[in-house]
Amino acid sequence: MSALPRAAITGVGMSDIGRNTGRPAMLHLAEAADRALARAGLTRADIDGIATYPGKADNSPGMSPLGTGEVRGALGLKTRWHSAVPDGPAQMAPIMVAAMAVMTGQARHVLCFRALTESSSQSAGRRASIAGAGKAQIGGWLSWLVPVGAMSASNWAGWIANRYFHEFGMTREHLGMVAVAERQFAQMNPMAVMQKPLTMEDYLAARMISSPLGLFDCDIPIDGAAVVIVSAADAARDCRLPPLSIEAMGSALQSPETWDQRADLTTMGAHDAGADLWARTSLKPADVDVLGLYDGFSIFVPLWLEALGFCGHGEAKDFIAEGNIAPGGRYPVNTGGGQLSGGRLHGFGLLHEVCLQLWGEAGARQVPGASTGVCGMGGGFIAGAMLLNRT
Amino acid sequence: MRPLPELTPENTAFWTGGERGELTIAFCGDCRKAVHPPQLLCPACQSQAVAPRAVAGTGTVYSFTVNHQPWLPDMKVPFAIAVVDLDDAPGVRVTAPVLTDDPDTVRIGQAMTIAFEASGDVWLPLWKPAEQAA
Ligand SMILES: [Zn+2]
Repeated sequence: MSALPRAAITGVGMSDIGRNTGRPAMLHLAEAADRALARAGLTRADIDGIATYPGKADNSPGMSPLGTGEVRGALGLKTRWHSAVPDGPAQMAPIMVAAMAVMTGQARHVLCFRALTESSSQSAGRRASIAGAGKAQIGGWLSWLVPVGAMSASNWAGWIANRYFHEFGMTREHLGMVAVAERQFAQMNPMAVMQKPLTMEDYLAARMISSPLGLFDCDIPIDGAAVVIVSAADAARDCRLPPLSIEAMGSALQSPETWDQRADLTTMGAHDAGADLWARTSLKPADVDVLGLYDGFSIFVPLWLEALGFCGHGEAKDFIAEGNIAPGGRYPVNTGGGQLSGGRLHGFGLLHEVCLQLWGEAGARQVPGASTGVCGMGGGFIAGAMLLNRT
Repeated sequence: MRPLPELTPENTAFWTGGERGELTIAFCGDCRKAVHPPQLLCPACQSQAVAPRAVAGTGTVYSFTVNHQPWLPDMKVPFAIAVVDLDDAPGVRVTAPVLTDDPDTVRIGQAMTIAFEASGDVWLPLWKPAEQAA
């Protein structure tokens, strides 16, 4: 193991998320921060670093209404280090750079946040989460998608899913098992947005969005915020809960910045990051008790399972059908309901849930004795993975 | 109205070749690699002699999706979008909507031929099933 000081997660908090809350993003953020600080046993005065993804952005309505400057101002933080990371290993980027900041002595306790008001923004008559919406021209990687009619990430995920179905015989029922399992978890999580039962019949009967993905294959835009506090290992010892040591991080990316040119589109950046993660630890997938896998679309869950080595390439459909990821399964995934049923907090919600599990705070959905968790964020060419261990 | 691509020195040939009915792909003048999306440097050999040339405009569907959701008020649905492996530019795919009356007939492995529609200053690619191509 390296001689560098370690980093750990010492607190997490989530606001009362909801659909069309009409509540300003900053009030969601302040609530999430209060809850994370209370869980960590820290005060605002202890926070000396701040990080977010992607930073204040207007590329789609309500996608990122807050930057580090406003949050520092509102919370009255005096920081020694701050960073917003729009161009990194997916939504995991701020957690990773925060870990590096505390490992190199730039800060002791870093408040990492993600806030979204996509639900209110869309209800206010603005467009759905469409990249480049309202612009006359678009550049960068989006320019190879949006002008040719592929305006929604559901289109991009749709062609990944169709190729995967074609090569490996996966069917919509397999993706339905992901959606149904996450809804079962959501029903055990009072903070999850979707509480109604979801049956396979409901799933299959729902309207198509972008084939083969239907309504229940898509995550749910919400208003809300989540905060994750990353602390230096020595500082973490002063916190209320056992530190969740960041055992390894993976952020490798070996293909270009596109959604259609990767040689094998039954793999994603996740596969590069996943392999990199396990190259940095002596732990193995079999050591993992609980998983948080990016589920902006249901198809990303089987791809992340393969990317992280929980099963072989093409085997995820059987792995899922055997019940591994569902309540009571050996490798429970997105136990808070995920983004499909809990709401889209852009990966931060998934990490929040993994941390609750490792602290034994997951209530009715608690995985008994969970001490090691993995979280993978991102789809397509962006991906970041993190392995956590309760010390 | 969906956004159009911002034109750059590298990508202008791709987005305007349709005026001549040509699908234009960038190739490295030194190692012959197809470079797509087009860029100033060849990623394989770092040559700056990357230049566009017309290709056959035929290919095979690698994957596709049928979009059913009207993301814009004027969007007509459903329509298919195909990700097509080009026949004569190894490793390059061109993603474009499919010109067909029945999007549910699009299949992986289907042969496609390029077509274009003018929009603003650019010519957007479309894929036509080869059996329908004139
Ligand atoms: Zn070259």
